[in-house]
Amino acid sequence: MNADLLKDATAASLLAKLNAGEIRSEELVRAYLDRAEALKRLNVFVHLDPERALDQARAVDADRAAGRPVGPLAGVPVAIKDVLCVDGEPTTCGSRMLKDFRPPYDATAIVRLRRAGAILFGKTNMDEFAMGSSTENSAYGPTLNPWDEARIPGGSSGGSAAAVAADLAPVSLGTDTGGSIRQPAAVCGVVGLKPTYGRVSRYGLIAFASSLDQIGPFSHDLADAALVLQAISGRDDRDATSVDRPVPDYLATLDRKPESLRIGVAREFFGEGLDPEVEAAVREAVRVYEKAGATIKDVSLPNSKYGVPAYYIVAPAECSSNLSRYDGTIFGHRAEDWSPKYPGEEELHPLVRMMMASRAEGFGAEVKRRIMLGTFCLSAGYADQYYNQALKVRRLIRNDFDAAFRDVDVILGPTSPSPAFKLGERTADPLAMYLSDIYTITANLAGIPGLSVPCGLTKSGLPIGLQLLAPAFAEENLLRTARVFERETDWNRKRPALA
Amino acid sequence: MSLSTREVAKVAVLARLRLSPEELETFTGQLNAIVDYVAQLQEPDTSGVEPLAHGVEVRNVFRDDARGPSLPREAALANAPKRNEESFLVPAVLD
Repeated sequence: MNADLLKDATAASLLAKLNAGEIRSEELVRAYLDRAEALKRLNVFVHLDPERALDQARAVDADRAAGRPVGPLAGVPVAIKDVLCVDGEPTTCGSRMLKDFRPPYDATAIVRLRRAGAILFGKTNMDEFAMGSSTENSAYGPTLNPWDEARIPGGSSGGSAAAVAADLAPVSLGTDTGGSIRQPAAVCGVVGLKPTYGRVSRYGLIAFASSLDQIGPFSHDLADAALVLQAISGRDDRDATSVDRPVPDYLATLDRKPESLRIGVAREFFGEGLDPEVEAAVREAVRVYEKAGATIKDVSLPNSKYGVPAYYIVAPAECSSNLSRYDGTIFGHRAEDWSPKYPGEEELHPLVRMMMASRAEGFGAEVKRRIMLGTFCLSAGYADQYYNQALKVRRLIRNDFDAAFRDVDVILGPTSPSPAFKLGERTADPLAMYLSDIYTITANLAGIPGLSVPCGLTKSGLPIGLQLLAPAFAEENLLRTARVFERETDWNRKRPALA
Repeated sequence: MSLSTREVAKVAVLARLRLSPEELETFTGQLNAIVDYVAQLQEPDTSGVEPLAHGVEVRNVFRDDARGPSLPREAALANAPKRNEESFLVPAVLD
């Protein structure tokens, strides 16, 4: 009976049953807990406390039974990427550094989910400090792709994407700094939405690159994405970059066809290195839009080829600064022994050696690489050549989007240049890994919203994602435009065959 | 350009990372590959282009300087790797 309950479940379908009194949240949470146990091998959750989840569910059930008003997500489990602080619950960021860290407060997105009545259902696996495209950089081992367990689930929010794909939760939260929601959504065959920078408060989101990070939902369909986005959006005094703009009722307008449906196809998104099956699926999506009455226009984003190099200056520079807080003093890992070990260390102050030893033990290789790169790019004599130049190119990238959006409402392309690659395939080559985000990274640099929707399966049965990008704060139109595609196709209803 | 292991070792101290001689070798190679790759950022003409620090431009936000509740000491100290009743403990800073 439990298995039937979760079959093809979405947050909306479960809410309908909860509101009609057909099921109780406790029953639902038990069904998800059973499934999490049965699918433990996927390594989706780094932390899942059954009692905490059941307590929340029973509280919502009691409110419903007593006829008290309940929130828009009342009783629905939401899996949370382990980068978001949850009061008193382990929050590890996929790192040994924060293995025993329990935040003393909730992130604002978590406060808002609680207020909406959502059940916080576990913390999901991720690349350490959200740095990676495969979830292989987690200190807790990789998550497996539910469609092919020999393959990566994407990253860095691989656990949250796989959670939805494997029906371990109907919806989840991830974060996207260079594609970390959209790319895993694409390779796991689910919907993933990165909102405009400033739409969702970053308070309590463990910072990686503060000018790029943004929180967003994973779901099976756009209605659920709209529902969750609405719940977590809005101005927050605790994040000065959160924007004071009204939050539209995304769900209410979702099924209205956009007044203007001009879709831009950027030739730069169909370049060298694009998998032919991915390209074919995305070209087919263009035909679907044409049939639905859209005007298709070629647009050009000439500076997008500089997106990956600009990102790999800006993001490491910000990360080297943000991650300096992990020094073994206030929280996080501290080494037991910091006596001199390698040549030259005798000259360093013991406090400096304590910090260096703690960070060496606490961080994994990719995090160290990015801290080193960022420190170098910001160091005396190099900051102008690297960091400031990257920020100038960042403006050129944004100018490209501004120009393109004068002619079109949405820009369409592939989310990821390839379907899910094999575990271990790119771990030895950082640059090859960085190119996984070639189509997603420019949206973060420009601050604009983007989403990935399922648009096909390869011959070997791997999901393909379609990326849609829109101007800043045009999430409403972005969702409605994506909904046009979803209505015409059934890719979002495909599920992996999991034993 | 090419970074020497000596320069990378200097960056490691700035970044407060202890690197083994093997890590130093590996990182020197990888950092050089990445620095070569990002050299293409010098290609586009950026004369007269203002640097862009945030995609969506942000302005300074002001609020009243009013006192609000803050984290209780016990909660702030709860995650400390080493502490006493009222403070974080670190190796002696002054000799």
